[in-house]
Amino acid sequence: MRMRRTTAAFAVVGGLCLSAQYARAQQAPDSITRRQQRAIDSLSAAMRAMQSQLDSIVRNPSAAAAAPAAQPRTTGAYMNVSFVGLTDFGWSDEPNVPALQVGDHDPHVRGFTIPNAELALDGTVDPYFKGFANIVYKIDRLGETNVELEEMFLLSSSLPKNLQLKAGQYFVEFGRQNNQHPHAWAFADEPLVINRMFGPDGLRSQGARLSWLAPTSWYSEAMVSVMNSAGGTTQSFRSEESTEIHGGRLLDREVRSAKDLMIVPRLATSFDLTETQTLVVGASAALGPNNSGPDASTQIYGVDLYWKWKSPTAHQGFPFVSFQGEAMTRSYDAAERLSAETPTVTLPAETLKDRGWYAQLLWGIKPLLVAGIRGESVGGDAAAFDSELRTDRSRLSTDLTWFPSEFSKFRVQYNFDHRNGIGNNHSLWFQLEFLMGAHAAHKF
Amino acid sequence: MNILSVFHVAAAALLFPLGTGHPPAKKLNVVATTPDLAELAREIGGDFVDVKALAKPTEDPHFVDPKPSHIVTLNRADMLIDGGAELELGWLPALLESARNDKIAAGAPGRVSASQGVRLVEIPTSFDRSKGDVHSLGNPHFLIDPVNVKLIVAQIADHLSKVDPSDAQAFSANLKKFNAALDAKMAEWQKTLAPFAGAKIVTYHKDFTYLAERFKLDVIETLEPKPGIAPSPSHLATVISAMKASNARVILVQSFQNRRTAETVARQTDAKVLDITQQPGAIKGTDTYIQLMDYIIQTLASGLQEQK
Repeated sequence: MRMRRTTAAFAVVGGLCLSAQYARAQQAPDSITRRQQRAIDSLSAAMRAMQSQLDSIVRNPSAAAAAPAAQPRTTGAYMNVSFVGLTDFGWSDEPNVPALQVGDHDPHVRGFTIPNAELALDGTVDPYFKGFANIVYKIDRLGETNVELEEMFLLSSSLPKNLQLKAGQYFVEFGRQNNQHPHAWAFADEPLVINRMFGPDGLRSQGARLSWLAPTSWYSEAMVSVMNSAGGTTQSFRSEESTEIHGGRLLDREVRSAKDLMIVPRLATSFDLTETQTLVVGASAALGPNNSGPDASTQIYGVDLYWKWKSPTAHQGFPFVSFQGEAMTRSYDAAERLSAETPTVTLPAETLKDRGWYAQLLWGIKPLLVAGIRGESVGGDAAAFDSELRTDRSRLSTDLTWFPSEFSKFRVQYNFDHRNGIGNNHSLWFQLEFLMGAHAAHKF
Repeated sequence: MNILSVFHVAAAALLFPLGTGHPPAKKLNVVATTPDLAELAREIGGDFVDVKALAKPTEDPHFVDPKPSHIVTLNRADMLIDGGAELELGWLPALLESARNDKIAAGAPGRVSASQGVRLVEIPTSFDRSKGDVHSLGNPHFLIDPVNVKLIVAQIADHLSKVDPSDAQAFSANLKKFNAALDAKMAEWQKTLAPFAGAKIVTYHKDFTYLAERFKLDVIETLEPKPGIAPSPSHLATVISAMKASNARVILVQSFQNRRTAETVARQTDAKVLDITQQPGAIKGTDTYIQLMDYIIQTLASGLQEQK
């Protein structure tokens, strides 16, 4: 307001000066004075009118409401960009840390690990699609930086009949945690069963998914992905790391028919048990070929459950209590194959059976402070060869996470590990995380 | 205009002034992110709408769980009213992604973003999260100012009429009725709070800025040092000194905010903690927007009077 008045005053003075100079050149002094006086009078009247209008707006705010609304402002951006950086540090009494911490985004060494630095991009492509991409940087045990296109997919936004299409490379929807990124995990490491079934980086590949939201009054969704079955992130299928599962030489198995692709169906449903409690249950399968033989295949089945209670007067989402559990089983049909270790030995055809589970309980004690406990176990039946990847083991973890704000996190976690035939280990890990850029929306 | 629509208009014009209204064949499913927006939709939509709010009246609207049941609710919605200004940024986009409903997509007639057209305050001059979780478009707690509500109900009526043109007259009549009631109440509220013009108050979060501006109250401090950042002992010490120096004697707290922190500060400053909600239904007897504002104004007036 003060600024406007000052501007108006300058305008008046400036106008008067200009008109005075012009008048001096043209007219006699008495006529100049009269004209100046008239100009001052009319400007004063105009200013009084303006002042009275402003006063009336201040006095009567309803009048302001009747005025036309402000122009709609521009919101959003063509693309949201965010960056999440994760640093782990800590110690384990097992010097060979990767033997204990098998996940790609777990702490790798005694000391410091940068397990995940993630550049996330997302945006609306056009009226029909949304696009997502995640580019991940990791520093390995030797200090080398690895870059990978972790995810890149488009998601349809306007298919009819409650259908939705996703296509590209993505973490497939199998259970609850497989398609969560490390910054959304409740612990510093991935559950053992996910690494046992899918490998160090979970199950992801290139493919397409069709999902259908059922027209029921409660949430139920059916989805099926069809994906390539080859590569390091499809370890139970046509992966170059499969030798560690079946112990035999790898068969260079090409895609001959649709049967050589991987199929991942999933059903999920959810109920609000009360106003403050929600339950989500799901069942998933991953079916596809493996490279122990020309017709060998793998079947993985899983069930998952998530329950959450949140206070009706939650502040920043706290307090809450949640339970999450997943159980999986794998039938790996290994064909008759030559042993990778001793090529003169033929391993018999056999079905390698593995299973595992984890269960975790989280307590959001007060705003931005969460305590958690997790128990887990994995195991496999005996086979014609020994594989470190299939030994029985279990882990008990407890952690405390403090979020200084929504955009940073500090975690401390203790792990007790037991490996059959090897022994027990203790580890203490700390984790620091920061997020910059667009505020990503959370999923349930 | 064909004969049928002439008949509709005529029927509506004849029936609505009598208040009988033709029974709607199918009510519009209106979903609002927060209970205050849901209440306004009920005022304008009347018998022609079924309204559901996603957030509970007692919970922090910044942190609503994106539960799967909300996906179903949004999938069936004919209209979605959100606050915008990044209030629901942490939970609504994920829900909309899964809901696959074009009718409520941004820019569709079935989508009202309430903050559009409202003059927002506290728009940051730079994007810098060292200042806390500041919303880049401005303070999103604008419904606490009845003048903003008038702008929003006009938007709701406009969009309802686009989605359901056959009942446009009813929406327009409801809008007029609501505005008249609000105008009358506004004069009453201003009169009630007039003796307290310039009164110093403290709030937990920056959520009463619009109310303070409208009714000439002065928010001297917030218990949070910065938006979304938990109160620290050193900041509370600053608040206590500021309250003592300026003679601020009331602290406004919503149902989901930490009342104990406010009580600790109140004990040391001889102040009173006022339980104030911004959501209809969070406190008994505040089911409509006008009842809610009545409650807020009365609680403030009696609190300020008592502490005078």
